[in-house]
Amino acid sequence: METTTTTTTAGRILAPIALGLLGLAVWQILVGVVGVSGYLLPTPMAIFSEAQQFSDSIVEAGLITGWNSLVGLVAGSLLGVVFAALAASLKPVHDMVNPFVAALAVIPIVALAPILNTMFGTTEFPRQAIAGLASFVPVFVSTLRGLRQTNPEHRDLMRSYAASGVQVFRTITLPTAVPYVFTGVRIASSLAVISALVAEYFGGPRGGLGGIISTAAASSQYPRAWAYVLASIVLGLLFYLTTLALERLANRSRAAAAG
Amino acid sequence: MSTPHTTSPAREQSPPAGDSAPAVAAAHIEKIFPTSGGEVHALSDISLSVRPGEFVSLIGPSGCGKSTLMRLIADLDQPSSGELQVFGKDARQARRDQDYGIAFQKAGLLPWRTVSDNIGLPLQLHGVSSAQRKARVQGLLEMVSLEDFGDHHPDQLSGGMQQRVAIARSLAEKPRLLLMDEPFGALDEMTRERMQTELLRICTETGASVVFVTHSIPEAVYLSDRVVVMSPRPGRISEVVDMELEDPAARGDDLREDASYFRMITAVREALHGGAPSGRGVETR
Repeated sequence: METTTTTTTAGRILAPIALGLLGLAVWQILVGVVGVSGYLLPTPMAIFSEAQQFSDSIVEAGLITGWNSLVGLVAGSLLGVVFAALAASLKPVHDMVNPFVAALAVIPIVALAPILNTMFGTTEFPRQAIAGLASFVPVFVSTLRGLRQTNPEHRDLMRSYAASGVQVFRTITLPTAVPYVFTGVRIASSLAVISALVAEYFGGPRGGLGGIISTAAASSQYPRAWAYVLASIVLGLLFYLTTLALERLANRSRAAAAG
Repeated sequence: MSTPHTTSPAREQSPPAGDSAPAVAAAHIEKIFPTSGGEVHALSDISLSVRPGEFVSLIGPSGCGKSTLMRLIADLDQPSSGELQVFGKDARQARRDQDYGIAFQKAGLLPWRTVSDNIGLPLQLHGVSSAQRKARVQGLLEMVSLEDFGDHHPDQLSGGMQQRVAIARSLAEKPRLLLMDEPFGALDEMTRERMQTELLRICTETGASVVFVTHSIPEAVYLSDRVVVMSPRPGRISEVVDMELEDPAARGDDLREDASYFRMITAVREALHGGAPSGRGVETR
């Protein structure tokens, strides 16, 4: 029984790794042996050696972009939770806020980058603001949904205890919503990184991953651009996996919440 | 409907205030739910009195309003007309005074709280100090034989254990009235019988009145002093059957094989089927 489980888990992890390695091998052969232009598409080996050579500045750039994403994610999530709580408890707030969130959800937020860059000049603030706006929407939507999931038995029970509104909110509404908040944060984490990164393409200080990718690509240093793209993928994964772990943690003792 | 052990639904309707007041006194209750497809007449002319310490079951087919009646007593819904008093006060006041404990078909435990914190929930909400709460919860855990599970979370318990936690929670504030809506409905037969015996023991210990909603005839007979038989569309009381059995405190598994028990089951079944032909020629006493 236990060995079966271990084998399955190992298989689940090994299978995609094997596929990835196979893909890299095919890539390497296509460019290195078959003769696709190495100038347009560098080989994986070239990209890795570039990444190694510039590892210090890659980490530095990753920290800048990562910090912008993190500030945006945290600020956007906090705002999302606060507004969702207000919208869930006060009907007028819900009616006021909802159309704006719907509008925010359909606006390509990165489109604001050039404007914000002009407004705030040479600071990192525009990137953080964009990451924050992008994070706000999924956290707000998911939290609001979570705040409406209270179980009818729990509501009846709280009424039978003659509990006050604040007690009901603290005792059942909020704890029921917590896993939904973290689901929102997980979805927001990828958006925050993408937004902070892409916002760097549109001017402002050049230190982050996005800035260097666009500079390197503009000066035809493709292996270097690819090396920074690789770093962006790692950064995105880091955010995703961290928030996924948080979500799992929040869900651990709540598996029976629906029952 | 004139077998010796049945009484007419409208009985003893003068609830005086004070300690001698009946646990529940309902007079001519009507409940109408407005729906998109017109009005649904859920309860019609319900009159019922439950004495302090009495165990009364409400039984009837789905849609007869037995759960609705219990929700009215709990002030989770309000009657459309009629008078409803709990210990001589109106139902709303009784709810505010925490005069009753309640348990539903689903245990309704808060999954993010431990068993102890679930049982202590009503005490916590009503500002009982944590030391007192701890002592009370410990006593309740012993009462439902879950001493070793106080620190567990509900999802680590079986259905029967969860239901016992819910019953312990309903007893936390030593209510004089217990309202139970099919609390054993989701349990397997063996667990169910054990829980019934435990419930009788707990009721004897606490002296609480119980209004117990069920659709199981044997369950109603085994537990009750009186069984209120209801019929649907609109929900009304068709008969009240007195259980002529030994005192609830003395009931045990032996009773389930006793002739008197089967006689009562027959009596309730006949009342449920509204005096079907099979009931006519049979001498039930």
